Amino acid sequence: MNQIVHIFPYLVAGWVFLCGLYGIATSRHLVHTVISLAVVQTSTYVLLLNIGFRTGGAAPVFADISPGITTVDPIVQALMLTDVVVEATVMALLLAMVVKAYEKAGTLSPDDLRLMRG
Amino acid sequence: MNGAWRMRIFFLAAAGFACLYFLAVRNLPPWGHYRGPYGDVMATSSVFQRHTTDVVNAIDYDYRGFDTLGEEFILFTSVLGVMLLLRDPEKNKGISRSGNMGQATRFGAAGSYAALLVFGLYMTTHGQLTPGGGFQGGVILATASMLIYIAEDFRVFKRITSHPIVEALDALGAAGYAAIGLSAFLFSAPFLTNWMPLGKTGDVFSSGTIAAISACVGLEVTAAFLMLGYTYLEEIVSETGEGG
Repeated sequence: MNQIVHIFPYLVAGWVFLCGLYGIATSRHLVHTVISLAVVQTSTYVLLLNIGFRTGGAAPVFADISPGITTVDPIVQALMLTDVVVEATVMALLLAMVVKAYEKAGTLSPDDLRLMRG
Repeated sequence: MNGAWRMRIFFLAAAGFACLYFLAVRNLPPWGHYRGPYGDVMATSSVFQRHTTDVVNAIDYDYRGFDTLGEEFILFTSVLGVMLLLRDPEKNKGISRSGNMGQATRFGAAGSYAALLVFGLYMTTHGQLTPGGGFQGGVILATASMLIYIAEDFRVFKRITSHPIVEALDALGAAGYAAIGLSAFLFSAPFLTNWMPLGKTGDVFSSGTIAAISACVGLEVTAAFLMLGYTYLEEIVSETGEGG
């Protein structure tokens, strides 16, 4: 039981990842596909933050605590921080492609987009 | 491939992934017992080495600065892609001003806009001291500008955000980051070396290139999100044919 508690937060990340993938696989709408991809990406945040977490660790900001106090891992937070903003712009790019696909094909269903035209 | 077969293949792959993932995380350190050395080394050394109290930003803009430069160019090219795909100079030629917002809405939006601008600038310039920095401050600055659209109308918003200066600032922010990195060569130091005076820990003008790079990133993110907001609003406005 204790073993499960120790890995449960990691399993949550895997579950979120699979939920996103399920969304992409069953998608009937391109906007839904893009949002599902965002869910997949979010699972990496859950995983990274869980790996860097330390029970009782302070936030890695030493503005008001003395250096030497044990903190959670700042590296995984730094990895995440840049990605949150970059993800937003990549989503914007994908949604722009969706807009263009709708203008060209007149449909938003991935199944109906199968026939590629020049 | 029909839907049923697609689902079978998906669940087969998902089950395989779930097994491998479970085996992989089973032997990770127990949750809450972080024991990797790198995070602790960073947390204890960045205050003394870089005079930066926010370790996350010290990593982003200094220790891992080269990666962040790459991320920043992903951001730059994504926004460029959106511009290429969606921007159309012929759009919205005939949009008329509606301006039917109530006085209270306009007054409230203008007041919040001022407060959010100050907050965004504070976030951008204090990233080396407290949580914040260019990425977060830039997003606040750009989204605060949506209040212009609420308070006035699309034409006013367009006049401000579709200006060539916004595009120039976007490029300037991206180029500034690279230029700060290259400037280390003048001192025969490696790319992105923190050569600027580190200052007193806890001061706004401390941490050398970290604060400078954070400001450049803030500039770029602000301009990038302004352009994104403008392009998508233009898309919505041209679909619905409304001016505000």
